[in-house]
Amino acid sequence: MTNHVEVRAGAYADSVTLLQVSRTVQAVDGVLAAQVAMATALNVDVLASMGFDVPGETTSNDMVVALRLETAASLDAALAAVDEALSSASRRESGTTEVAPPRTVASAERRAPAGSVVVVSVPGENAFVEAVDALEADSDVMLFSDNVPVEQEVRLKTLAAERGRLVMGPDCGTAVVDGVGLGFANVVSPGPVGLVAASGTGCQQVLALLDHAGVGVRYAWGVGGRDLSAEVGGRSTREALDRLERQEDVELALVVSKPPAPDVAVAVHEHASRLTTPVELALLGSGQPDLTAAVERVLERLGRTVPSWPVTGAATASGGTFLRGLFVGGTLASEARIIATDRLGGDRGHTFVDFGDDAYTTGRAHPMIDPTLRLEHLAEAGADPDTAVLLLDVVLGHGAEADPAAVLAPVLAEIERPVVAVVVGTAADPQDLARTVDALASAGAEVHLSNAHATRRAVEIVEAAQR
Amino acid sequence: MSAAMSTVPSVINVGADLLADAVSAQAVEVTRVDWQPPMPGTAGDLATVVGDPARAGANDRALQAVLGVTARLVDVLPASEAVGLQPGEFLHAGPPITWERASGPMRGALMGGAALEGLCASPEEAPTLFESGSGVSLAPCHSRSAVGPMAGVVTPSMWMFVLEDTATGRRTYCSLNEGLGKVLRYGAYGPEVLERLRWMSEVLGPLLQASVRATRDSVGPVDVTGILTQMLQMGDEAHNRNRAGTLMLMRDLAPAMVTSGGEATHVAEALRFIGGNDHFFLNLAMPACKLALDAARGIEGSSMVVAMARNGTDFGIQVAGTGDEWFTGPAQVAEGLYLGDYDRSDANPDIGDSAITETAGIGGFAMATAPAIVRLVGGSVPDALATTRRMHEITLGENPRWSVPVLEFQGTPTGIDVTRVCRTGILPQINTGMAGAVAGVGQVGAGLVTPPAEIFPLALSRLAERARDRVDD
Repeated sequence: MTNHVEVRAGAYADSVTLLQVSRTVQAVDGVLAAQVAMATALNVDVLASMGFDVPGETTSNDMVVALRLETAASLDAALAAVDEALSSASRRESGTTEVAPPRTVASAERRAPAGSVVVVSVPGENAFVEAVDALEADSDVMLFSDNVPVEQEVRLKTLAAERGRLVMGPDCGTAVVDGVGLGFANVVSPGPVGLVAASGTGCQQVLALLDHAGVGVRYAWGVGGRDLSAEVGGRSTREALDRLERQEDVELALVVSKPPAPDVAVAVHEHASRLTTPVELALLGSGQPDLTAAVERVLERLGRTVPSWPVTGAATASGGTFLRGLFVGGTLASEARIIATDRLGGDRGHTFVDFGDDAYTTGRAHPMIDPTLRLEHLAEAGADPDTAVLLLDVVLGHGAEADPAAVLAPVLAEIERPVVAVVVGTAADPQDLARTVDALASAGAEVHLSNAHATRRAVEIVEAAQR
Repeated sequence: MSAAMSTVPSVINVGADLLADAVSAQAVEVTRVDWQPPMPGTAGDLATVVGDPARAGANDRALQAVLGVTARLVDVLPASEAVGLQPGEFLHAGPPITWERASGPMRGALMGGAALEGLCASPEEAPTLFESGSGVSLAPCHSRSAVGPMAGVVTPSMWMFVLEDTATGRRTYCSLNEGLGKVLRYGAYGPEVLERLRWMSEVLGPLLQASVRATRDSVGPVDVTGILTQMLQMGDEAHNRNRAGTLMLMRDLAPAMVTSGGEATHVAEALRFIGGNDHFFLNLAMPACKLALDAARGIEGSSMVVAMARNGTDFGIQVAGTGDEWFTGPAQVAEGLYLGDYDRSDANPDIGDSAITETAGIGGFAMATAPAIVRLVGGSVPDALATTRRMHEITLGENPRWSVPVLEFQGTPTGIDVTRVCRTGILPQINTGMAGAVAGVGQVGAGLVTPPAEIFPLALSRLAERARDRVDD
């Protein structure tokens, strides 16, 4: 073991740099201890306590390099390490100066322009706090997340009402805000109809049908499936209607929802009666007109011509017993179930599967993004001779799969059972509606724009097969 | 295209990136939140506390209360007069602690304090005294409106700065800083430590008292909050770097000290001592921060942290909406650089009330303004900027008086929100000195440390409980 002490008169580095240099040199092979420091009284004491002899004539403007080495042979390497560490300490490193992204909505609100719309799709148990951040910053919220407890929904909507903000959701899949589609939304032009929708795919069906009829929509406010329940009391529906009322170019407001709770229905009707904008209700449920019929009524009220809803291709009955409905849109599935069971007199073994249901989405993406699961079921049902007809939906628009026909058409081409499909989309959707319809029709499907019409055709095929 | 005429200014997306992409594709600006799940087990309490109707208003009031305080140096007094400390009473840093659970540096400081007060003939005899417990009692500085750096031991004969909020007359207190190296607050208790403390009581304290009072009565009391404003623009973050603050304090007090009638040699000794101790101002920065934060204590529903403090064994926080309750977990060992040939195995876990500076938005929170000390952990200047920016993620607001020039004079991140710490998992960044683990060693290094993560869910849980109780009432 050997000590080496040298004084570098006039050399200077700040104490923090020197601590770092000391640490670097200490890690060099053969170095037992290293202390590079300005020769202040304190540091000279520290050096003395370490057993180094510092020459008495040093001042605090001198740098002391004190090294304890295993053998003198390590000295050159150790001194080289000191010089290297000193020069690298003063070298400028280009660290990243990029600003990290915000970690909460509250933080994002400080950076984003005022009056933003906040889209929340974190897991349901975490969605509430992000939504509160948004409302406290006076933003509207689109709550895409599901599994948000109803008491949290009530709290959010109460807070929103205090601030004149709107909570769309929870479980809100679709909204159009001044022409901008949020969530899964179709590309539509501005126009005379304003929508208030408790259902995402229900809203998309209406957008698609209106678009085909040449009627645009500037605002489609989502409200969440429970908004017209007794607990929630239609808070978002009323705010959304008030907003449409203020929008001069809205000639008619259409509310798409499950039938409301009786008290809420009264409240909403009263609210609507105070508005100058006429309000049409499209209620989803047994005994109610289907969405296509509701859209036709809207067109009639506006004095527009009701077009014929397009059909491409033709499916024909060829035996089998059951209707197999395989859906990605929850409202489309339930509309089909209601229409079909009314006509066929109960379930009777027919099935209407919603692949967007929680049972199929836990731990995986929504089927409008990831078609794998439905494709498997489709191939299976398509190979089953008991299948009388396959009924399925394809939903286009922002957020949905980039080219659903590309994976669906090859599977359909292999299927010999009749297939009826509804393609919910508009001409301006990024997926290209016409090309999608053609691809599915070429693969043998009968393709509709109206889910109700598609379902009735499927029912006819079942009935024909059973005769 | 309708989007071109849209009045939608921008979208904030939290969750699936796909939804942000869909909006981007429509040529609308999207701010993407880098969301991650909250600390384990906190989702339910977060919903309760964030949903508490009292929270937003309470936090606003808490933040404004803190920002509204101006701390002025009005007096210097022995602890016996300042906080009424009786013989045998010891104040210490951090949450409450017993001799049995006290760490090496805490014991060392208590031993030195006992000897200083003449409770035993030498520090070495003090352990018997504390073990017996007869005639001695320990209490946190925070319980007596005081703060103490490192071990934070205060005994009746030690002199303390007295800071006052002019608007309310509230006061806070802190002992005088002894300098670096072998000092009581780092757990050293050798003869030179006690000799320095006696000189501070006999010479420095009275001189400071005379000059503080004369300054107060002539040009007005020293505005400590104002010095903090200036020093943050001069490379100090007021925890591990107090160089500019110390010199400004000396500038303000020196004329009155010179004319105080004290012996010239004593005045020279005092000025040399202050000027030679870059940390002298720390003991004013700390009580100034406490004075500000105490203004927010007891605001029901507020989730703002009003104290972070360590006793060398436990790290504790107190929250505006949960009274004087401490939420504690094990203190961590800092990451940093070591003096001499000390290493991590020599370091005691985190100790001291000085994290009150971070609680008030400076120290580690103002790292961007003191890039020199980011090298304590081998970091870079961009790291310093990133640290300050990161602290904005967990704080309620900014301090308009305390700004950081290099961040376009953005105010320092102020008011740690328990809910945001639990949501983001980002822990407060604290700059700190490191004491040796063995009593009597003194300082072994300096570095960066964070609180133990689990104390924030503990505090959150209590906030949730109180929110539920209020609804039930």
